[in-house]
Amino acid sequence: MMATPHKASRAIAASNRPRAHRPFTGRTAWTIVGFLAPAFLFVAIFTYYPLLVGGRMAFHQWSLWNLNETPFVGLGNFRTLIVDPLFTHTMLNSALWVIGSLIPQFVIGFLIALGLRKKFRFRGLYQAVVFYPWAVSGFLIGILFRWMFNSEFGVVNDLLMRTGIVDTPVPWLANPKLAFLAVIIANVWYGVAFFAIMILAALQSVPDELREAAAIDGAGRYRTLFQVVIPTIRSTLVLTVLLRVIWIFNFPDIIFAMTSGGPGNQTHIATTWMIQFTQQGQYGLASALGFIVVGVLTVFTGIYLALLSREGKS
Amino acid sequence: MIDRTPNYLRFLKVFGLGLWMLITLFPLYWILLTSFKRPDQIAEYPVRYWPREFSLDNYASLFQKADFAQYMLNSLTVASGAALVATSIALLSGYVLSRFTFRSKGAVMIAFLVTQMIPAFIALGPLYQMFTTLGLVDSRFGLVLIYIAMTIPFSSIMLRGFFDNVPDSLEEAAMVDGLTRMSALWRVIVPVMLPGIIATFIFNFVNVWNELFLSVTLINSDAKKTIPTALNGFISSFNIEWGPMSAAAVLTILPTMVLFAFASRWIVAGLTQGATKG
Repeated sequence: MMATPHKASRAIAASNRPRAHRPFTGRTAWTIVGFLAPAFLFVAIFTYYPLLVGGRMAFHQWSLWNLNETPFVGLGNFRTLIVDPLFTHTMLNSALWVIGSLIPQFVIGFLIALGLRKKFRFRGLYQAVVFYPWAVSGFLIGILFRWMFNSEFGVVNDLLMRTGIVDTPVPWLANPKLAFLAVIIANVWYGVAFFAIMILAALQSVPDELREAAAIDGAGRYRTLFQVVIPTIRSTLVLTVLLRVIWIFNFPDIIFAMTSGGPGNQTHIATTWMIQFTQQGQYGLASALGFIVVGVLTVFTGIYLALLSREGKS
Repeated sequence: MIDRTPNYLRFLKVFGLGLWMLITLFPLYWILLTSFKRPDQIAEYPVRYWPREFSLDNYASLFQKADFAQYMLNSLTVASGAALVATSIALLSGYVLSRFTFRSKGAVMIAFLVTQMIPAFIALGPLYQMFTTLGLVDSRFGLVLIYIAMTIPFSSIMLRGFFDNVPDSLEEAAMVDGLTRMSALWRVIVPVMLPGIIATFIFNFVNVWNELFLSVTLINSDAKKTIPTALNGFISSFNIEWGPMSAAAVLTILPTMVLFAFASRWIVAGLTQGATKG
């Protein structure tokens, strides 16, 4: 599936066939190869190569503490992972992490995009202000929320107690279930801006005439939204959600900063668990887990796209 | 056109947007507030929403106890170096992806996109090994090389979107006038696309400025740490000192916020183009 740079450049060079409106000379082929070469050189050396070596590690016993002996173990690393009691828990957590973050992000992002669709005074300023989390790393967001969810001096508990919602401080990050809720809240807060931006761009691509036509046909505000606007931007929404699922699944930064997978390894998702393995020098296990993640995401992408295309046809 | 939005919807809209703005700004306010509290008044109960007295002690200790100026300088050099090279290289690949049709173009795009989807942690171990062989462990230059590779794929796709908005006829005319493709690109297209190029540069700069896991793996000595690596050191210790920590967070966030606000229109355009085109 992954084209090696050599193959790609050879294929490009080979593809010097005439184009419809412009003759495709050998010189053009060299321009293509020459312009792509630096990019591919960097990505090949510093991304593909280590990824391939890392992929090999998944089938070897590969630990930082014993680099002289790295025997081939077949699927041994995968078996070690799957029989680990943490495996199922971590995978379920990953699913919950994705679903629990994505749905609120999508809904709130959609509402904000709707609110911003029509121009109003200070809209530009509002956007610039509300989109600032984008400029901040997930790791720092995690640190910010870790401080706010601090059980003794955290502002979250203080607000909850002042408003009388709870009587005693909530041990947010010390309780596995609450800690997981806290990391999801942080992630929702972080990700809303992304959906708002993407959906706003999609909404603005819907021509006004389409809405007006729907209005003339007697469709009300909500019918226009659900039966005209949303179907028009459906493909953008589908793609945005798919890319976000993959991205959130692979996004450990907030959890890493807030709980590091604790307490008692209970808030791990697949990628924070991978980080823990790399920190322990267990590169074989980390890599095998990486394979599982890619496998899960590939299967998910396949099913998701298949379901959608079937639905699109009917 | 007359705006026929009913009043209740208008109210909901203003209320909703206002509420979300408060929710978005609150963590920023909170970290600013914490950073300006006197160190002995940070862990205080009841929690105070306005400092009893403003103090710069947290910032002072950041520069005295930890070498934060050095971390900032490291981040600044690494991020500008990597973003500059990556943006220049991606300018070429983005140009090709926008202007030419060739059989393996889809494969090239997928090859770029795949790098964004595989968890990078698979590569950490091998990178460390490779850098040991090359003598690039604990080197800012080595870090720059990796960051260039990390930011090239997405910036190529982003720049491709900006090239798509510039008509072919522009450089074709220049080439008819005798310019080579390279100089047509440099003298005619780049000036027109400058906002998009700057936005891509800023996007890359911010991504590198924020990167944690690669630098934690590859940098050991304190004098070469980037800001996120240093912050990771702060939270790994059992007792987090929230005073200096919040001051450090503020100093990390502010530059990127300013840059993003400055270029937000173009960054948004670059990102959404990629998504809506598919």
